[in-house]
Amino acid sequence: MLVEGQGLALVRGGRLLFEGLDVALRAGEALRLTGPNGCGKSSLIRLIAGLLTPAAGTIDRAVAALADDSLALDRELPLGKALAFWPGARTGEAMAAFDLQSLADVPVRMLSTGQARRARLARVMASGAPLWLLDEPLNGLDSASVDQLGTAIADHRSAGGGVIIASHAALAGQWQALELLR
Amino acid sequence: MIAALIAREIRRGLAGAAWLPVAFFLLVAAIVPFAVGPDAKLLARIGGGALWIAALTAALLPIERLVEPDRADGILDQLALSGTSEEGIACAKIAGHWLTFGPLLLIAAVPASILVGLDGAALLRAIIALAIGTPALAALAVTVAALTAGLPRAGSLAGLLLMPLAIPLVIFGAAATGAAAASALKLEAAVALLTLAGAPFVTGAAIRAART
Repeated sequence: MLVEGQGLALVRGGRLLFEGLDVALRAGEALRLTGPNGCGKSSLIRLIAGLLTPAAGTIDRAVAALADDSLALDRELPLGKALAFWPGARTGEAMAAFDLQSLADVPVRMLSTGQARRARLARVMASGAPLWLLDEPLNGLDSASVDQLGTAIADHRSAGGGVIIASHAALAGQWQALELLR
Repeated sequence: MIAALIAREIRRGLAGAAWLPVAFFLLVAAIVPFAVGPDAKLLARIGGGALWIAALTAALLPIERLVEPDRADGILDQLALSGTSEEGIACAKIAGHWLTFGPLLLIAAVPASILVGLDGAALLRAIIALAIGTPALAALAVTVAALTAGLPRAGSLAGLLLMPLAIPLVIFGAAATGAAAASALKLEAAVALLTLAGAPFVTGAAIRAART
């Protein structure tokens, strides 16, 4: 099991976002979280990542890599070096998968919005973590990049990894769905 | 990972104007003779204390860039995901910050001591007291930076927090600079050790508490 959470409840800012939630993800599986704005999709992802503590319930997870709104790459460094700061042996492969090799010498602060979105997906892939947590990964991606992400996710799953995304749009492939209600 | 973090702190420190606190330190020391007047005896008597006030204000300058940029950019989150403890991050930040702050300040302390009328044995005492005290100042700066990360007007708040926390260090540091007795130096070292030992835990807890 990559993720096993039972009876999860989360309170943020004095508001109960969800309770009694069960999440499970096995190797090779992928899960898409859906629901209206403010229903707690991003919070659930941060909870699964271990960055938030549930108010109730228990959760176990494999080593995870997270791509959310923050870039988490040193802005003054060239992209290649900024990605290489994070441990993980697949930096070159990840840059190739998201077509970033030509940007390796460009400082991170000079990247466009879409390039930065691809860079953070490459950071997740480069980490080699079995569990990918992607919060709105399709935002700012062009259609070619969406295809690259689909390929990367398919490869990751066939290698025994798991993916959880919060997204309003569907990606190609077989996905389980978990709908959070307000 | 800790070694990579320390190297990263040093690189960011040097890229982010490491000379600024040192220049500030020298400037405050240079202003003291103007404020006190040309009485060499009086100047030499208060010189040690003036040096410490200069060092304390210099320690305030880099606080805003120590923790907040990493929090805002998700670096702290990613470090937690990669299995680095918050206390480990704090230790790396303290070590990296001291390495870009301490040695430069100690070098600047030589001309600064002369500016405030310390020479010979007093100059040597000032350098030794600052060498013992600057790691604690670096630890306090990182702690206060973590405590104020993400708050509005964090810069001024950091000053209000750091100054009172540094009082014991300033008392014994200035005393050790002023008198040849070894007891003040030992007490300063004890306060510095206590600060250094406690800072990573406070910083770690503050980083966790700032996570939303």
